[in-house]
Amino acid sequence: MMSVLYALLFYVATALFIGGLFVKIRQYARTPAPLKIPTTPAPTTQSGVAYRLFREVALFESLFKSNKWIWVLGYLFHAGLALVLLRHFRYFTDPVWWWVELVQPFGIYAGFAMVLGLLGLLGRRIVIERIRYISGPSDYLMLLLLILIGSSGLMMKFVSHTDIVTVKQFMLGLMVFDIRELPTDGPLLIHLALVAVLLIVFPISKLLHAPGVFFSPTRNQVDNPRERRHVAPWAAELDK
Amino acid sequence: MAAYQAPPPEYRELPDVPNKLEPDATAHLSPFLAKPDHNESIGFPGELVDNWEEKAIDKMGELLGKYRSFQVYMDACVKCGACTDKCHYFQGTSDPKNMPVARQDLLRSVYRRHFTFAGKYFPKLVGARDLTREVLDEWHSYFHQCSQCRRCSVFCPYGIDTAEVSMAAREIMDSVGHGQKYCNEILGKLQKVGNNLGLPGKALKATLAEFAEEIEEDTGLPVKIPLDVEGADILLITPSADFFAEPHIDGLMGYAKVFHEAGVSWTLSSYASEAANFSMFIGSYSNLKTVAERIRKAAIDLGVKRIIVGECGHAWRVAYSFWNTTAGIGSGAAEDDEFAQKLQKQLDHNYPIPQHICEFTYDLIQENKLRFNKSENDWRTITFHDSCNVARGSRMGSWAGGQFDIPRAVIKAAANNFVEMDPATIKEVTYCCGGGGGLLTDDLMEIRVKGALPRMEALNDVVEEQGVTHLAAICAICKAQFAKILPIYKFPMDMITSTHQIVGDALVMTGSIQEKELDGTDDDSDENDTDSSEES
Repeated sequence: MMSVLYALLFYVATALFIGGLFVKIRQYARTPAPLKIPTTPAPTTQSGVAYRLFREVALFESLFKSNKWIWVLGYLFHAGLALVLLRHFRYFTDPVWWWVELVQPFGIYAGFAMVLGLLGLLGRRIVIERIRYISGPSDYLMLLLLILIGSSGLMMKFVSHTDIVTVKQFMLGLMVFDIRELPTDGPLLIHLALVAVLLIVFPISKLLHAPGVFFSPTRNQVDNPRERRHVAPWAAELDK
Repeated sequence: MAAYQAPPPEYRELPDVPNKLEPDATAHLSPFLAKPDHNESIGFPGELVDNWEEKAIDKMGELLGKYRSFQVYMDACVKCGACTDKCHYFQGTSDPKNMPVARQDLLRSVYRRHFTFAGKYFPKLVGARDLTREVLDEWHSYFHQCSQCRRCSVFCPYGIDTAEVSMAAREIMDSVGHGQKYCNEILGKLQKVGNNLGLPGKALKATLAEFAEEIEEDTGLPVKIPLDVEGADILLITPSADFFAEPHIDGLMGYAKVFHEAGVSWTLSSYASEAANFSMFIGSYSNLKTVAERIRKAAIDLGVKRIIVGECGHAWRVAYSFWNTTAGIGSGAAEDDEFAQKLQKQLDHNYPIPQHICEFTYDLIQENKLRFNKSENDWRTITFHDSCNVARGSRMGSWAGGQFDIPRAVIKAAANNFVEMDPATIKEVTYCCGGGGGLLTDDLMEIRVKGALPRMEALNDVVEEQGVTHLAAICAICKAQFAKILPIYKFPMDMITSTHQIVGDALVMTGSIQEKELDGTDDDSDENDTDSSEES
């Protein structure tokens, strides 16, 4: 019964995640950027822009310029999450890819780093007056959601061990539309339910910053307005 | 409204001590509303339309579909707080709604209510709200406490630019007949007469003749400031403040000297006697284009080959970043792009189009074509204020950051004593003068004084520790703002200087009185540094 419920939950969540993200990314891609507005100094070549975006996404360059505390905590969380996600590939692949095996030992520490970073961000949100002022209920809930996902995950490893082999069978089954048995430990059910919630809210929340950064004209435009005429379709109409 | 009389805010101990929030500290500041004829003259409804709530939401939807920046920036903010302490208006007022993210949220809250699932069904959860009269008033107040300087966008991990948001907000307000007097009145004048002042061609001609006379008295050379000369090589587009305000005029005379010494043929245009284009401040693409097309028309009518822009911050952003797009003033248009090709075929693409006056002077310095007597500027110790729009919205030269290097190189070629302000307040992270973005009006004097605080603190440091006497700028708004603000902060008003005034003062023109004086005393030439090729 629980297996069916979770299987359905995951199908729905995944569909909403992919569908919602597709709609938003298509919207960003199709909306024109009529004016050249890179925040300068900006790269003067396309490869320079790629490098700028890489630094923004991989190193959080602008955040580093802004505030070292937010940068440390944010980086701890995001880098931790990235490793944890990579590590989770082993529940969806059989045999497990070699590079996932490689990441495996770091994944555990990454889980702690992630939760630590999140707790730090939450603390900042509560303690620093400026950030408390700009925080709404959804901002706290989002942090709470991620903290619970992280800590329930860690619990399965360090507190009440989950039969991970069966979980893997469940996941592999989901991928071929075969609903297999899911263990019913508390931490696992909480973990999976919250992950499904995260997938569902992703395309309708501030988590859109993930695709958004790639479409930000202040970051992704080449600084060459004098050398090339840049005209959006709706603006070109006005030339006539 | 009486001009703002209160003293400026006190200097802070350390610039980065976080402010204690004072909610609604500047809620009372709101610029005058535009009169019906101001609005109508530039294509907006005269006064607040009947169903303005609905119309405003429709407009918001239209802008979301037209501007990727606006759409992405409404969605992407995670409220991380990176921008919260970066705005000069927040630093000067402690009003939390002057934190960039909070300013954006004034609009984002309405966006969420009408355009997002979460805001439609769970408004409280995500801070969504309806558009009410109170919200509109709040917009009018706080979106006119943003000078669109883009400092926040440097620090945002997603590059969210509050300038884009405040432009959208102003465009929405204009579209329902709730515009700002200062910007809209000036834009009307510009489109009617050709410049922000409403200075007609005849008066302009007389003024320019006076300046030319003054230069002749000073140098003994028949330097001209030509107007409407057909067939000239270069069209100079400069802010109209250069025709009447101090220290702007001295900058204009500096350009004239450089042009004369370079031996180029150049002209101003009475039809396009304005570099400023306040359409950017109000986010109006159609007005941006209409105003830029005046320059296009002047260039075509006069048959010029090059277009050079005088010292003006937002105007240089518009010229550098938007002229090619809106009016085809630039290079690299497609073969079948008739609109742009009509002008571009006429222009000389061996030079950047448009070119900044500092780039022009810099190139001459590089080619050893200008001779300077730097000791003429020895009585000054100069520091340079990077104008926000030049620093973060444009470029000079062919390399990223040329907009920082070139004006400095020009100043250093003409003067011996140059000092930098605190690195946290210049170049990429420079502070706005406090009067940009359509705020340079007496009804916003209080926010102008308070917003100047971070710049005045940095200036005070170099005045006290390094004996700085002059603040050089390359922006008409910066110059006008500082001329007003410096005395309030107990600095001399004439501290603010045009960059080309410094150039003009040290320039030794061929055949001039200055040249004769210098060369007549060859024996003690070691006293004078006349090496024009000196690099910084």
